[in-house]
Amino acid sequence: MSLRKSTLFFLFIALNTVLFAFMFVDASHRRASALPSFAEKRRFVKDLRLTDLCLFTDTRYTRHPSMADQFSPFQDHPFALEHFPSGSLLTPPPHLRLERRP
Amino acid sequence: MIWVEKQRNIIDFTISSLFRRKGKIAALTAVYTLIVFILASVIFFTSAIRREASLILRDAPEIVVQRLVAGRHDLIPLSYAERIREIRGVQAVSGRLWGYYYDPVYGANYTLVVPVDFPHPPGNIVIGDGLKRSSGATRDDIFPLRSHDGAMIPFIIKETISAASDLITADTILISEEDFRSLFGIAGGYATDLTLKVRNPKELSTIARKIGMIYPDTRPISRDEILRTYESVFDWRGGMMIVVLSGSVLAFVIFAWDKATGLSAEEKKEIGILKGLGWETSDVLLMKFWEGTAVSLSSFLMGILLAYCHVFFTASTLFEPALKGWSVIYPDFRLTPFIDPLQVANLFFLTVIPYTVATIAPSWRAATIDPDAVMRG
Repeated sequence: MSLRKSTLFFLFIALNTVLFAFMFVDASHRRASALPSFAEKRRFVKDLRLTDLCLFTDTRYTRHPSMADQFSPFQDHPFALEHFPSGSLLTPPPHLRLERRP
Repeated sequence: MIWVEKQRNIIDFTISSLFRRKGKIAALTAVYTLIVFILASVIFFTSAIRREASLILRDAPEIVVQRLVAGRHDLIPLSYAERIREIRGVQAVSGRLWGYYYDPVYGANYTLVVPVDFPHPPGNIVIGDGLKRSSGATRDDIFPLRSHDGAMIPFIIKETISAASDLITADTILISEEDFRSLFGIAGGYATDLTLKVRNPKELSTIARKIGMIYPDTRPISRDEILRTYESVFDWRGGMMIVVLSGSVLAFVIFAWDKATGLSAEEKKEIGILKGLGWETSDVLLMKFWEGTAVSLSSFLMGILLAYCHVFFTASTLFEPALKGWSVIYPDFRLTPFIDPLQVANLFFLTVIPYTVATIAPSWRAATIDPDAVMRG
């Protein structure tokens, strides 16, 4: 006996919905099992007094964006333009966009 | 039951109708899935990075004080710590030694950090997993670094940092203070910057302001500012992000526009025949509703599931070339999934609903015209 097309459609959507729900279950399980690794990373940050994630290593203002100053992307020579690929992915940190000096 | 049976009959007919145009529908579903996949991958990746940063960097120094000379970050005299320590509310001030080293052999940049209590004697180092991967060096190997005066110093790798900490230490070399100073020729009275411990976190901004007044050549950076940096990391307004997102959104707008502006002659003829056979306008609209739902819901669910697998099972392989850039050492982006249901809901409402509505609107126009006129075109 062949199934009706509407039955096949609902089975397909149901399967995808179950997988979609499982995605949240899997995410929650992974978060729980990542707790020791988070504790280790936090220990490193505290012990080594680290300030940034190691997302990019090609240039210092994307390696340590929170420590960068306004001029660092343009320091290579007078009239230098920012030219590192990672510079096109990261925006300047919010504290550099604000006038913070008294 | 009659209502359910009616819906099922209409869905049966809709699926058959879609299969008659299977080439077009397959291409449409594939591109639609791809758009959802790209958008969802970006959302999953950026929110995972942001949440991970907010959890990990919670224990970052409360205030970091940098010295700026001619617009550049410069070494800070340790004597600055004396006056800063006198500010009310400051618990402790200490110098932090860290810097960068470019290795011409591997073409890689390393971040050298001096821990407060380095457990190994001078001449030994500890390296991050990314550096281990790129150089192939491992425990007890000799790792030579060129000092400021050109002399090669052979360091011995005493330990390697586990890959689980890659996101913060991939390119890191831990080194003793003595070795760091001799490697870079930094005199004893200087540090890279100062870190402060503060008694009351509410006083951070006041203390930062006072430091700026005592030493106008310094720049205090508070922990809140560090955390805010990562709250806005991969901001949708930034560079490549807006290119990727606007490309995907524009592609989707073209889809919806194509659907909303009219039906093909074949589709109009189909509606005319159905009306001629006695279908009500509401039945035609119902059929178009199920058509839109079948395409958009399937594409949405498949796109989201593929994006989840891409970001959290394959460590964002497709983003790798863009993320690597010119970096020789890069972390393994094995992120912990932090999925914001609100963002998923937003993506649903921005993709499924407009497409379904765009499918129904032109059909309503065709379904309200006389069947004879529609069939004649």
